Amino acid sequence: MDLIYSMLALTLVFSTPIVITSLGGMFSERSGIVNIGLEGLMMFGGFTAATFLVYLQPYTSFAPWIAILLGALVGGLVSLIHAYLSIHAKADQIISGVAINMLATGVTIYMAQVIFGQQRTQSFSLSFQRYTFHGLSEIPFIGEILFTRVYLTVHLAIILVVVSWFVLYKTPFGLRLRAAGEHPHALDSMGVSVFKMRYIGVFISGIFAGLGGGILVLTQDIQYTVMSIGGTGFIALAALIFGRWKPIGVLGAGLFFGFSRIFALYSSRFEILAQLPNEFFFALPYVLTIVALVAFSRQSVAPKAVGKPYDKGGR
Amino acid sequence: MNKLRNFLANEANHSFLIPIIAIALGFLAGSVIMIFSGLNPIDLFTSFIRAVTGINLPNLFTAGSAFNARYFGEFFVYSIPLILTGLSVSFAFRTGLFNIGGEGQVMIGALAASYAGLMLSLPPVIFPVVVLLAGATGGAFWGFIPGILKAKFRVHEVVVTIMLNYTALYVSNYYIRALPESSSTRTADLPARATLQSDFLSSITNNSRLHWGFLVVIVCAVLFYFIINKTTFGYELKSVGFNPLASEYAGMKVQRNAALSMTIAGALSGLAGAILVVGTFGYGRVLGSFENYGFDGIAVALVGGSTALGSVLAGLLFGGLKASQTIMQISRIPRDIAIIIIAIIIVFVAMKYPIKQALIKLKVEEGEQ
Amino acid sequence: MAYAIEMLGITKEFPGIKANDQVDLKVREGEIHALLGENGAGKSTLMSVLFGLYQPEEGEIKVRGEKVEITDPKVADKLGIGMVHQHFKLVEDFTVTENIILGDEPRKSFRRIDMKSARDKVKEISDLYGLRVEADAKIIDISVGMQQRAEILKTLYRKADILILDEPTAVLTPQEIRELMKIMKDLVKEGKTIVLITHKLREIKEVADRCTVLRKGKYIGTVDVAETSEEEMAEMMVGREVSFEVKKEPAKPKEVVLQLKDLWVKDSRKLDAVKGLSLEVRAGEITSIAGIDGNGQSELMEAITGLREVEKGSIILNGESIEKLSTRQKTLKGIGHIPEDRQKRGLVLDFNLEENMILQTYFQAPFSKNGILQFDEIRKFSDDRIKEFDVRSGQGSVSSARGMSGGNQQKAIVARELYRSPDLLIAAQPTRGLDVGAIEYIHERLIEERDKGRAILLMSLELDEVLNLSDRIAVIYEGEIVDIVQADKTDENQLGLMMAGSKKKEVEEVE
Repeated sequence: MDLIYSMLALTLVFSTPIVITSLGGMFSERSGIVNIGLEGLMMFGGFTAATFLVYLQPYTSFAPWIAILLGALVGGLVSLIHAYLSIHAKADQIISGVAINMLATGVTIYMAQVIFGQQRTQSFSLSFQRYTFHGLSEIPFIGEILFTRVYLTVHLAIILVVVSWFVLYKTPFGLRLRAAGEHPHALDSMGVSVFKMRYIGVFISGIFAGLGGGILVLTQDIQYTVMSIGGTGFIALAALIFGRWKPIGVLGAGLFFGFSRIFALYSSRFEILAQLPNEFFFALPYVLTIVALVAFSRQSVAPKAVGKPYDKGGR
Repeated sequence: MNKLRNFLANEANHSFLIPIIAIALGFLAGSVIMIFSGLNPIDLFTSFIRAVTGINLPNLFTAGSAFNARYFGEFFVYSIPLILTGLSVSFAFRTGLFNIGGEGQVMIGALAASYAGLMLSLPPVIFPVVVLLAGATGGAFWGFIPGILKAKFRVHEVVVTIMLNYTALYVSNYYIRALPESSSTRTADLPARATLQSDFLSSITNNSRLHWGFLVVIVCAVLFYFIINKTTFGYELKSVGFNPLASEYAGMKVQRNAALSMTIAGALSGLAGAILVVGTFGYGRVLGSFENYGFDGIAVALVGGSTALGSVLAGLLFGGLKASQTIMQISRIPRDIAIIIIAIIIVFVAMKYPIKQALIKLKVEEGEQ
Repeated sequence: MAYAIEMLGITKEFPGIKANDQVDLKVREGEIHALLGENGAGKSTLMSVLFGLYQPEEGEIKVRGEKVEITDPKVADKLGIGMVHQHFKLVEDFTVTENIILGDEPRKSFRRIDMKSARDKVKEISDLYGLRVEADAKIIDISVGMQQRAEILKTLYRKADILILDEPTAVLTPQEIRELMKIMKDLVKEGKTIVLITHKLREIKEVADRCTVLRKGKYIGTVDVAETSEEEMAEMMVGREVSFEVKKEPAKPKEVVLQLKDLWVKDSRKLDAVKGLSLEVRAGEITSIAGIDGNGQSELMEAITGLREVEKGSIILNGESIEKLSTRQKTLKGIGHIPEDRQKRGLVLDFNLEENMILQTYFQAPFSKNGILQFDEIRKFSDDRIKEFDVRSGQGSVSSARGMSGGNQQKAIVARELYRSPDLLIAAQPTRGLDVGAIEYIHERLIEERDKGRAILLMSLELDEVLNLSDRIAVIYEGEIVDIVQADKTDENQLGLMMAGSKKKEVEEVE
């Protein structure tokens, strides 16, 4: 039973960056811009957070929080490159995303060389504290997983899911954002700027991916290396598709994919599964996403105008 | 001056002008970044020239050694897989498809080549050819999957190939380790007669890893050119890529061509993977993460305008940049400036629409001075 | 009498054509004003000017007596002008209410959309004008008619009191049309003004008070509908003068080449577009399909050439059933096809001219030998076609197709299709958007081919062309052939009436 608890608790830690980044991708794609640069944006966020943490840790115990916020900010700023290329320059959004990912590999390690004189950041010693919510932790099962020695970032992810859901479905902004991704001409004819909505969508994806990258490095690593993100951005993209571009779906898919990763680490402890290679569980999210794409192919679940540059022309 | 401006403004010239401008801006931006981080951008260029030609410019007039053929050989070693993945991405582009799965196709190609090289035993010359074909087949299979899913279910090839990249990473790592005598990081050495490695080539390039793989590149580039430009098959592929509706009207099978094109693109990337095994290293490797051959191939295809010659030239450019990384390390320049430059070049190639507009504005009207 | 809108002397030019040439439109407050004209008469351009999508070169606009500059749709919106586009601008995945409030959402605390008040407002407007929309239904789940009513509601929600309806009945069923007519009358009763763009006379007769007619970009006149017969309006619409005539001998029809029997075809939205259509096309004769855009003629052409699936019925070419064959197989049977949209279907614009000349035959001898293109043969073939059809382009066979003029692009297609279709040529709008010279040339060539004994099936939206070129005219209306007439025994007015479905009226009433 302890094994299950620790697996589930770890799942939450692993799923947090996936869910947050995937939510970011949701804002971008719902506005009509494909963002395969999530991986790169996470790298920028992760590097920034790790670097600032190294410098801030002697001064304040809030350093990790400041660090991930700065990571989010940098992710947001870098995403504006993707926004400009995709929206104003009418570039192929896939090419632009590839460029962001490559830029991230180059810039983060280059900066590490310049700042720390090595291929990675220095390691940090301070990280998020684990909190136990006395009282709530007494709740059977849930209390053990969600409220006992837990990172607050886990709760942050859950809050962001709720907020995203609220913004997307309950506010004028969300309505307009979704319209930009479904039928930009309709939105334009109602006097709302499609470009503006798309810039905001991409910017949010940058903020969230930067935040996700920062949290990942600070909770799962001791420093930023080029391997730190290791495909989590693409898993987030997979979770976005698997979660059908919906906040609750993203949460579910993110948890499932996080669990799949944890399972790979623990599989040897289960007799029936010990035969299966670790790699099976690592590859599972990706394979399932392809299966899901085929299964969804007869319906239209993706935002209808996603990936297409918006041209005002025509009537 | 006016002639130059009109030359720049002429849209017929943009297909090669935009990549050249992008390359120039990429190096310029790289230099600026170096200046801002307190480094001398001249070192970037001398490293690059040394990597590509073997000539060490700063030593030209001093006592130090001014030429080392090894760099020259290594430059080709770096360029060979890049040209192949570049051709792979280009081939798919020609049919209107985006093969972002070069990464995975390279890995599966390498896996298949490792198995063929270690499990079979064949006479020399035939052996490496069979191993290369095995690699191409592996890559082709990995390209066929998104191709057929696109044709049958209209699933977008970009997402499928991204997912297949990671799937390939784990699949190939598992099966590489599963080979007899594999360690946790690599397979046993392939038998020498299965590889493309050559003492002769190595000796004329001062012990570089140069191997016969460059012949494969030449064959592939020529084949690419021949298929695309000379055959009915290439005609059909281009037609489908340019205008699927007109192709349908002309009676072509648009979906089948899409699947075929992805398969061939996969084969080209698979070859790149096989060459890494039988040429560059001589063994199969377990990878911790991507090596970006597939993603670099996108850069190669974009800069090379999806043509055979363009891909070869762009592959050499980026191969040279990759090769200069080791020299940069020696000059204490962070090697990753090379990746930054490649990324910035892609950014500017992606900006072709505004760049085009800016160039067209240069046009000098007659009578205007 | 107060005018809601006065558009005076509006001129709007596009490269090559004057889409509006000194056009006047005066719409009285509280009336339904029809804007009548054939395709390409300049109705949509005029309304786009009014809605701020285009800026006119000349002329002025007054709204409720005041001179205004309508620089973009937002200005039109503020002036209370609302437009219901022919192609709906509705987000399929949203509910009716969400679509209506988009961009102007009522809010409550925490920046939330006040969905309840939005819904109440939508229901209130819906009830007031009898629009009967389901406020909470998703667009994708409701009928086209209700989608259109949602579009109307969108303009009313934004407090528009001048409504422009662009071809509103094109996509509706007869029942839905009847309902729309009633709604329009109700709207006017509540003080709204409506401009109805249409080319269906019956509808004008039914609802409109006055009617302004445009023809070829020019203002023809404004009439009181009650005092004008359908025939008179048809005459104004199509005009008496025929701009160019083709000299031709009477046809000598021979054997039946193409036979369509009880053909059923669906459109892209899976609705029946061709409904049990039967038709014969003979050798040595030009048979044309005349009709107003969107009555199933495009789908019919695509079905014959294999680009669209045949649901039911048969297509018989020279005695052989071909409805199940692929496009390639039909191509090889000798069906030539000048497609409706030459740039989308007919040419690969990024190919050069000679590559386009072999678009269907590239794999056959002599253009291909063992899968390898024979460039000398291709060049020779292309040069011959260019010469034969006087295709003019900068560099002959190696000119880029994109850089060629529309007329020469079309000549290239005609050259290609005539060469490879000994039996049957399908020509869909073969002269659309071309200048007079090119039109004349293509017409002459088609007649020539007819006299050589080829069967030609022509589809055109231009009445002039239909009358000039064809021997027999089959009028299509809502996917059915209304009647087949001899070209020399009919005129524009009779055709215009049939195309507008007037002849169909009796039939419907019997049903």
